[in-house]
Amino acid sequence: MSQSVKYNAVVTVLGKDRVGIIAGVTAVLAKLNINISDISQTILKDMFTMIMLVDTIKSTYTFENIREELKVLGQEMNLEIRIQHKDIFNAMQRI
Amino acid sequence: MFENFEILETINMFRNQHLDVRTITMGINLLDCAAESAETACLKIYDKITKRAEHLVDIADQISREFGVPIIHKRISVTPISLVAGASSTDNYVCFAKALDKASKAIGVNFIGGFSALVQKGFTDSDLKLLNSIPQALAETDQVCASINLASTKSGINMDAVALMGKIIKECAELTKDTDAYGCAKLVVFANAPDDNPFMAGAFTGVGEPECAINVGVSGPGVILAALKEVPGQSMDIVAETIKRTAFKVTRVGQLVAEQAAKRLNVPFGTIDLSLAPTPVVGDSIARILEEIGVDTCGAWGTTAALAMLNDAVKKGGTMASSHVGGLSGAFIPVSEDEGMIAAVEAEALSLEKLEAMTCVCSVGLDMVAIPGDTPTATISGIIADEMAIGVFNNKTTAVRIIPVPGKVAGDKVVYGGLWGEAPIMNINLHGSTRLIERGGRIPAPIHSMRN
Repeated sequence: MSQSVKYNAVVTVLGKDRVGIIAGVTAVLAKLNINISDISQTILKDMFTMIMLVDTIKSTYTFENIREELKVLGQEMNLEIRIQHKDIFNAMQRI
Repeated sequence: MFENFEILETINMFRNQHLDVRTITMGINLLDCAAESAETACLKIYDKITKRAEHLVDIADQISREFGVPIIHKRISVTPISLVAGASSTDNYVCFAKALDKASKAIGVNFIGGFSALVQKGFTDSDLKLLNSIPQALAETDQVCASINLASTKSGINMDAVALMGKIIKECAELTKDTDAYGCAKLVVFANAPDDNPFMAGAFTGVGEPECAINVGVSGPGVILAALKEVPGQSMDIVAETIKRTAFKVTRVGQLVAEQAAKRLNVPFGTIDLSLAPTPVVGDSIARILEEIGVDTCGAWGTTAALAMLNDAVKKGGTMASSHVGGLSGAFIPVSEDEGMIAAVEAEALSLEKLEAMTCVCSVGLDMVAIPGDTPTATISGIIADEMAIGVFNNKTTAVRIIPVPGKVAGDKVVYGGLWGEAPIMNINLHGSTRLIERGGRIPAPIHSMRN
């Protein structure tokens, strides 16, 4: 991962693995004009786990709207989808 | 950039380990609301609180959603009402409690603290009026919390106030007997009460505080417990180190939330309270941490040592994570609000006497302890006196929030629900304390209070 990756939020997706999760989530992010700066995905203990570093700056939607859209998508796809400001991870994981 | 495990660790703390910010409490000065007419003073109090805290709940909820951090309570603490109401020509301060209650409900917080008096060295006329108004005030309001500072290391212990509070606690229980003496859950007495405590029932805004400030209480017993489960059988050095590292992360969440709240509300940031506050939810218990450290049941021999280490390690980790630390800052050991403590009392592993010993090494004191309703007034005062002595002579905060539940005896149980939990009625040593309490007067300040 390069140091110059631009992102202001972290999207995490947790749930049961199946076809089309990445397609479904990225489609909604594209619709909201959110750029994905980094993406990693793995299966942890049978659980699909995806972490995306995203840049919401160019999106015309507010953070609250984006969060709501992802929540709706999560309900539709039976996944836990979160978007959190990156500062919470900075606070906890960096001195 | 973050490693995946770092992101997942953070997510997991919120998702599975009950990590939250327990409270954002806005401290508001009410000294300028004093007025000759109690009615005018109450109007000014209502107006000031509702104006100052108008956006508190909205902004806290907004921060919660943006950072993905649960913020459980939004609360208000105000100047001790005995200092504000003294100017008014009235003998009954219940109207002030009602003004606070109305303001609290209007802005959508769940509790407001500051129906308080500081009487460690003696009573003003206003202090006495406030104390005598407490039972009715707590019975006739929903969200008002009362706290009285009875003692301090600098001033000693006001034994007249200790005697009086025994009576007031009993009256409070009687007036709220329909709800198993719920009024007593909103009343706490202190030694060395902090001016910037964000936690109820003891929150008030001390006289040295600014016009308005944001104080934040963090939590996280579940996170500490999960971290300790990763180091079974390791030495105490490793246990202490693990707690420190975890407390650091927990406190950084509080610091971030406090900074954001202060900025968005345009109010100065006060302090972070590093207390480890449990809830009745399984997996969010202090007692279970002590049991993970190594006692079979909380209250067994070794419990005090484990708690002392836990409390100290939390402070060491938390201090570095925060720019200003204040409030109570220590592990809370309320009985009714901690699933493991309730189980320990029911297993007869944890007695009131052992609980008292534990309060020597952590914050708060005898908290949310239910006792038989027919416990003599002097015995309640005796319990308070002992707890005040621990605080005064060890230069720390201690408190008593005790609930003599009318009609209940040792072994019964009362259920308050929600975060108040349920309390087994504890056994009481009934050998009398009447002559001690009847002496009254003041226990002088200890020699080590004279540091100048």
